[in-house]
Parts: sequence; C-alpha cells; structure tokens
Amino acid sequence: MDLFIEQTVSGLASGAIYACLALAVVMIYQAIDHFNFAQGEMAMFSTYIAWYLMDDAGLGLPFWIAFVVCIIVSFIGGAAIERIVFAPISDAPVLSHIIVFIALFSMFNSLAGFLFDFTPKQFETPFGHTALIDGVISAHRAGMVAVTLIMLAMIYAFFRYTPIGLAMRAAAAAPESARLVGIRVGFMLALGWGLAAAVGSVAGMLIAPITFLTPDMMLGTLLYGFAGAVVGGLTSPLGAVLGGFLVGILENWMGTFVVGSQLKLTVALVLIIVVLLVKPAGLLGRVVVKRV
Amino acid sequence: MASSNVAGNVPAFLNQNPKDRVIVLGVPLPLLEKVGLYALLAAIVVLPMVYDGYDIYEFGKILMYMLAVLGLNLLTGFNGQFSLGHSAFFAVGAYSTAIMMDQLGMPYWTTIIPAAAVCFVAGFLFGLPALRLDGLFLALATFALAIATPQLLKYDGIAHLTGGVQGIVLDTPYPPAWVDGIVMSITGEELSVDRWKYMFTALVAVIMFAGAWNLVHSRTGRALIAIRDNPLSAKTMGINTSIFKSAAFGVSAMYTGVAGSLFAIMDEYLAPESFTFAEAIKFLVGGVVGGIASLFGAIFGGWFVLEIPNFADLVASSLENYINNPQGLTGLIYGLFLIFTVYVMPMGAAGLAQILVHKISTRR
Repeated sequence: MDLFIEQTVSGLASGAIYACLALAVVMIYQAIDHFNFAQGEMAMFSTYIAWYLMDDAGLGLPFWIAFVVCIIVSFIGGAAIERIVFAPISDAPVLSHIIVFIALFSMFNSLAGFLFDFTPKQFETPFGHTALIDGVISAHRAGMVAVTLIMLAMIYAFFRYTPIGLAMRAAAAAPESARLVGIRVGFMLALGWGLAAAVGSVAGMLIAPITFLTPDMMLGTLLYGFAGAVVGGLTSPLGAVLGGFLVGILENWMGTFVVGSQLKLTVALVLIIVVLLVKPAGLLGRVVVKRV
Repeated sequence: MASSNVAGNVPAFLNQNPKDRVIVLGVPLPLLEKVGLYALLAAIVVLPMVYDGYDIYEFGKILMYMLAVLGLNLLTGFNGQFSLGHSAFFAVGAYSTAIMMDQLGMPYWTTIIPAAAVCFVAGFLFGLPALRLDGLFLALATFALAIATPQLLKYDGIAHLTGGVQGIVLDTPYPPAWVDGIVMSITGEELSVDRWKYMFTALVAVIMFAGAWNLVHSRTGRALIAIRDNPLSAKTMGINTSIFKSAAFGVSAMYTGVAGSLFAIMDEYLAPESFTFAEAIKFLVGGVVGGIASLFGAIFGGWFVLEIPNFADLVASSLENYINNPQGLTGLIYGLFLIFTVYVMPMGAAGLAQILVHKISTRR
C-alpha cells in the first residue's frame, strides 16, 4: 500500500510537468490547429538558457531571477518564432507545417548541443531534495506541483478575467469574426505562441533537476505531454491539465505494477493511439463535427 | 480544402502539356528522361569499378537511404498519409534480417524477402488504425511510435532476440564464390567485401526502384494518387480507400524496412540507438528536400541526408578553433534546409527540376 501511495504521489509530481507541456500543446493547437512537435525542444532550449544564466561560467544569477528572465526570454522567443517562421506559411498545406515543426525540433536539439555541448548537466533546484512526509515525496517534487498549480491559476485568471485573454480566446475560436471586431489576430497568435513557450520553459526548468539537463531530455516528456493533451481533450485547456496529471499517475502505476519501467514510452504510444481511435475528443474536449 | 495537395500545390502549367510534346533544347522530354535514367544506371554499374573501400561503402549507403526515403515518398507523396515514425519500420527490417542471420543462421541474402514480408505486415497492421486518423493525428501517432521504438528494442523480454542495449553483431557478407570467380577472371583481382556490399545493395535498390516506378504508373498507383488528391471522389469512383491506404502503408513500410535490412547487412552491426527519432527526421529531410511526390527525388534525398553530415564535419573542421561540438551542426543544417525547402521550393529538388525544364522548353 505504501508503494501504491508513493507511486501515486510521485506520479502526480511528474504529472505536473506533463500538464504544463500538454497545456502548451493545446494552446498552440487551439490557435493554429497544429501540434507543436518542437514544444519539448523549445522547453529544453529555454532550460539551457536558464542554466546559462545561473551557471558560474555564465552569468551566475540566483535561481528565481534566472527563472523569471528565462520565462521572459522564452516568451519573446516563442512569439518571434510565430511571427518569423509560421506567419508566412499560415495558408500552406498541413505537411508544410509538420515539416517546419520537425525542422525546429532538429534545429533546437542540435543548437543546444552545439552551444552548450552534449554532456549532461546538473540543474539546481531552489527546493532541495530532502524527503517530505515520511519519504513519500521529495521537496523538489512538491515544489514542482506547487509551481505548476500557481502558474495554471495565473493562466486561468489571465484568460478568464483580462480583456487581452478574452481577445486571445476570440482569435483562436473564430479568427475571422475576431478580426471584424478589431482584434489583431496575428498579434494574438504570436502572444499565444509566447505563452506556450513560457509555460514550456517552466516545465523544462522544473524537470531538469530530476532528469539532468541534456539535449534529449524532453523527448519522452513531450510524448507524455501529448498523451496528456489527447487524453484530456485537445480543445480543452482544463482537460489538458487534468490529462497531464492522469497520465503522470498512470505512467507510474503501469511502470511499477504492470509492464515495468522499460516499456513506459510504449504505454504512452498505446494510450495516444487508443484514445484517438476510441474517443478522439478526449475527456473534456468538444466533439468536432466536420462538414464534408 | 478537399483539393489541397499535401505535397504543396502543383503549379498548373506542369499538367498542361502531355509530356511527349515538351521539347527541351530540341530534345523531347521522354527521350531526355530515358537518357537520364540509363545514365544513372550506367553510373551505378561503373561506380564499383572506380571506387573501393569507404567511398564505395558511402555510395551503397546513399542507395540504402534512397530506398528508405522512397518508402516515405510512396506513403506521403503519393498517398497523402503522414509518417514521422518510419524509423520504426527501418528498425523492423534491420532486426528481422539480424535475427534471421543471428538466430536461424540464414545467409544474409535470403533474409531480404522474408524481412520485406515482415515489414509489409507490420506496416499494413499499423495502417489499419491509421485509417481512422486524419493527417495531423496520424503524424502524432507515428511520432509516438518513433519515440517509443528505441526503448521497445531494449526491452528485456525480447533481449534474447534483439541483444538488448548491446545490439547484434552480424557475419560479414562475403561475395558468393561464383561472383568472385567472374570478377577474378575479368580483372584478375579478388572482389573486396566493400565492393560486393555495394553491388548487393545496388541490385536490391534497382529492383525495388523499378517496382516503385511500375507501381506508381499503374492502375493501383493512380488510385493511390486519387486518394491523396480527393479521398471522397476516389471513393465515389469505386476505389476501396481503406484497403488501398492500409496497403500503401504496408508497401511503404516494406521499402523502408528493406533499407533497414541492407543497413544491417552493410554495417554488420545494429543497436537500438540507430533507430531513434533522429533517423525518422533524416527520412523526412530526404523526402522533402528531394521532392516528396517524386521517385527520382528519393535518389537526391538519399544523397542529401548522407552528404550533409560530411559537409557539416567539413565546416566544423575548418572552423576548429571556434566550434567545439561539430555533431550539433548536422541537425541545424537539416532544419535550415527543411525550412528553406518549404519556403522556396515546396516540391523539393524534383519540383525545381520540373520547373526548370518547363522554363527552358517554353523559351522562345
């Protein structure tokens, strides 16, 4: 029973990371109807920036200052990617978009190794690694959940209570009508990308102390992020967060009690395919009806 | 929406004239194509007479990648289904060959056909659920497949077959005695293993390429293209879209899988780390840069993905004092070329060639 509780709680903690990535994926999916396959690599690259800001060989800033600076830099970077790379091909066929996402994936992955070399790096945590509550959860994992929840609350408030959040939702839901009432849709898209990149950077900075910082650290994590988004429903940000946590718990349960740690990624693969086939709308998503 | 072509919109003028009426610099286009094809074949035959050792091994690798890219082109370019997970089928082919050689003691050349069959079945089965997934979701599912593959190959439960993390070391594919004898009687030299590997790869690649050519220009090929261009009309015309789409997935997996078999035979060694998502990116780069809806594009694509790492190394070694991690350069150049292709020549090098031909032929 102890093992069960321990695995569930630690699943919740990694679920927090998946929730962040799932949210970032859903934000971009809602805005442009595409999956950002480069989301994980963008988050990884942001984390390298944070590492550079904190490292003694870099700028040597304290964690929280680096944290905030990294979020801002990621936000600007994400918005810039939308404006520079994606705005010119917004009318291009699906394949073009997928290719450009994969191109970004490849570029960020190799750029990180190129600039910061490929050796795994230790990433410090402000929470420490001491065990809390009889060793059920480490301080860092508890901090991960707390930071995620605070961030999610802020994003919810942003979309729900601010005029610009409302405008962003309008631009995503009905771009043409939004343009008619005077919303700058292109600008909103860039904002959405910026926010997604910022959320991703938080996920990267939170998971790096556990996985160590390497160019490939986000590959599996992103897969779980996608699984979370699919399980929760691609049209629902709340669903994505819920899905992320669910996938985190499921991953640990399956890994510990059913298939063993060696097939964890296969679990995500099967989960994605089964949900897409059986219930494509996910838990909280809208059922999209397409006119032929 | 329905008429939008995944491979980018084909400029209308390319379909205006029947091909045989296009005259390029005084030569009819079909004749030019035929000459090009035979020149290419001649080059493939002459290469092993000129080169040996690592050079000829590299040429074999180009043909191997050409086959892998061809598989992706058949699926994406001609049938309109996406795959980011062809590294998985590459792995299935490579491991089928390796296990047949390692466990059953089969000679390397007998493993190609069974491995192709295994890959066809694997692709066909994956194509069944794929039927219900639209473009983007299929990309997601295959992306997941590509990422899960290396971990699956390391799984302890099948490690007695796959060799787990260590992988499998295979026997050297020596040339058969009769081939050796023929070469000996002509040149008076013994045939080197590198040259033989190339010849074997080239033989398989040429046969498979001819097969793809016939497939694309047959009734089946036209059905595949019709499904890509407008699934609804294709269905109305009496094409069984489900069977054709799954079969296209199977054939595509077979091509990439045979490339995997050749990979295992050529390198005499394989390990899970050779079948990561990076490999799937390579195939995509080859397909897109060469021209995803083109067979000849695959040749260019195969050459491209193999040469870019060499080119990156060259750049890195000339800038030795400034660059610490030249491995990082390859992915960067791949990415830049992908974006460049999408922006400037959405139909890849093959499309560019078509447009050039048109420009030259209509010049007065």
